[in-house]
Amino acid sequence: MEFDFSDDQKQLKDQARRFLEAKSSPKSVRVILEGPEPYDKALWKGLAEMGFMGTAIPEEFGGLGATYLELCVIAEELGRAVAPVPFASSIFLAAEFILAAGTREQKEKYLPKLASGELIGCMALSEGVANASPKSIQASVAGGKLTGTKIPVLDGNAADFAVVVARTSAGNDARGISLVIVDLKGAGVTRTDVETIDPTRKQATITFAGAAAEPLGAAGEGWNILQNVLDRAAILTGFEQLGGSDRALEMARDYALDRMAFGRPIGSFQAVKHMLADMYVSATLARSNCYYGAWALSTNAAELGEAAATTRVSATQAYQHCSKNNIQVHGGMGFTWEFDCHLFYRRSNLLALSLGSLSIWEDKLIDRLRAKNAA
Amino acid sequence: MNFDDTPQEAEFRKSVRSWLDANAPKQFEKGLKTSGFGHTALEGVDVMKASKDWQRKKYEAGWACLHWPKEYGGRGATPIERVIWQQEEGVYAALSSLFIIGHGMCGPTMMVYASEEHKKKYLPPLAAGENIWCQLFSEPAGGSDLAGLRTKAEKDGDDWVINGQKIWTSGAHYSDYGILITRTDPTVPKHKGLTMFFLDMKSPGIEIRPIKQVNGQSGFNEVYFTDVRIPDHQRLGKVGDGWAVSLTTLMNERLSIGAGMPTGFPELLDFCTTLETGDGPAIDDRNVRSKLATWAVRTSGLKYTAFRSISALSKGETPGPENSIGKLVAGPTMQEIAMFALDLQGEAGALLNPDQAAAKARFQAMLLRSPATRVEGGTDEILRNIIAERVLGLPADIRVDKSVPFNQIPTKGR
Repeated sequence: MEFDFSDDQKQLKDQARRFLEAKSSPKSVRVILEGPEPYDKALWKGLAEMGFMGTAIPEEFGGLGATYLELCVIAEELGRAVAPVPFASSIFLAAEFILAAGTREQKEKYLPKLASGELIGCMALSEGVANASPKSIQASVAGGKLTGTKIPVLDGNAADFAVVVARTSAGNDARGISLVIVDLKGAGVTRTDVETIDPTRKQATITFAGAAAEPLGAAGEGWNILQNVLDRAAILTGFEQLGGSDRALEMARDYALDRMAFGRPIGSFQAVKHMLADMYVSATLARSNCYYGAWALSTNAAELGEAAATTRVSATQAYQHCSKNNIQVHGGMGFTWEFDCHLFYRRSNLLALSLGSLSIWEDKLIDRLRAKNAA
Repeated sequence: MNFDDTPQEAEFRKSVRSWLDANAPKQFEKGLKTSGFGHTALEGVDVMKASKDWQRKKYEAGWACLHWPKEYGGRGATPIERVIWQQEEGVYAALSSLFIIGHGMCGPTMMVYASEEHKKKYLPPLAAGENIWCQLFSEPAGGSDLAGLRTKAEKDGDDWVINGQKIWTSGAHYSDYGILITRTDPTVPKHKGLTMFFLDMKSPGIEIRPIKQVNGQSGFNEVYFTDVRIPDHQRLGKVGDGWAVSLTTLMNERLSIGAGMPTGFPELLDFCTTLETGDGPAIDDRNVRSKLATWAVRTSGLKYTAFRSISALSKGETPGPENSIGKLVAGPTMQEIAMFALDLQGEAGALLNPDQAAAKARFQAMLLRSPATRVEGGTDEILRNIIAERVLGLPADIRVDKSVPFNQIPTKGR
């Protein structure tokens, strides 16, 4: 049994870590946190030069044609560095939508530029408060024109185009949902920044008023394709969450070793030790579940859906647990803008929502386990 | 990233399977499958005899104590082969529970510290299941703080004379031999005055009293020693080296990794699927689903953590303190699951008779057994300390009694 990454994959992970430590330091993350830029353009360019965006995109479409396992280790390092770039939107979502449903022409048109970082894509799904459902999707396409409002759209200001989940026939059911690609720089598109809990990954509200919409996949198939892509993205995002969990745990451990109170390092008090041990347990369970997800993704296993929901629930819980307790271990200093704890706290809570909230994934997990049990 | 055996491992698995196919006691398969969590479903079967027969059969075919050297009754197998055996033996492994302490802890300790003559005499019958061994460590005054133990051993000619009391000794009432840690010098700090022995559990002066547990069963015992004599040649390690010897024993406990530890989740999932509430099956309820999801990912996390450990073993790495998470997660999860399963049953959750209670009272049995899981073999709190200190590198607890002579350590809280 080799339920682990290979030595080459671990080497790639080290390489990504070294690169990101240099190019995505907390100091540079703060430039995006505090400034108007939608993402770190220099970092994006650097990631493109490293070839990271094209990792799992087939060679015939301008990628490196490596496996998803390579993409998983890169995702973990992006999460560890709380990288302020639209990597997940462009690669885990937009590129996956096109790989899953695009025509050959669409693949040739978009994938090489996504792989090179020249184009940035995103997903436009949510239409306000509540998790997206077939009923909540009211943006509609008629005669090749999209009308409606999406809020919030992660990386909506950074992106060049969006894969929009929209209605192509009236009603409330999933069969009326289709996907379209919309050029966000084209006519009929208005984008506005929205304030969010994590400004290191900017979000927008996008209003479409008769914007040109290019169909992606068959009409009426949108909801099914979306579910499939969300599963795949959940596994890759799980690795991002895992990287963040581990880093938050390390920060808390290091602070507990250095900070003295009552004449001892606070890490010698059992109340603190046990809190850190519990964070380690969460992060370890999440790591093991993420590996299961990585296996399923890289082998296109029949259990992909179960593995995705397992990864998502476990990694979400772990990152939220580690990031909130990292602040707790740091005490009052953890609540300052100056300390970096909040970068992880923000990101963990953003990622917990970005592909649909925990309750949605709990439901998916139980549906899938139940179906397997019945079979 | 795969779950595949190497060619050698696959070959080994094949030979295990074909032997088990031909030899496993299939008449017990169904009963063993529904046993567990302090719940026995082998009705009308002499479990002791069934266990000894199965062990003898394995021994004769060379499948007993895989990790032991051949000369002492084992197979000289690699750690990964041992894991493969455990995976394949499956439900029948429950028939080996009488021997776990002997094979996993006492035997390996004897192998390091006993004389060659003793090893040849005692280890093969232990491997064959003829003898059952127990481990006499915990005391009323020394549980998590094992080195606080007070059972005295005093030299008298070529013998040692033992007086004192042990507690929580699994299987003492049916054991033939035991390994015993004692205090031989109370005037030095506590870790330095300990000495280990092995002894015949039928020796005069031993009195065994079963402990009635919360669940009404009696798997553990109190063992009283009154002037029990042990010959000096049954000493394991040097006088005063008992602490180091006990660490060898406890380290071996950690090497027994196999599948992830059971949490009761698959049983709960089945139960929630079939349990009808006023609004359809329980599993349709949002509140139920949310709880199930949390326990599902913990159970899955343990399973795949075990697979990661097995992969490390397969590469020749040694499992470390990170394996402490298995019991730390499984114990509390099992307890939460039991309480929740009873909650779903309403007032009838209180019923304990398998003929009246839901799911043959499996969850009630789990409720009443699970507190022990969180204590035995290292409490949740000790396991958290191990993770914090040995995995995360945090400072050890401040120990106020560490360099004080044992007989000057205060014994009363107030």
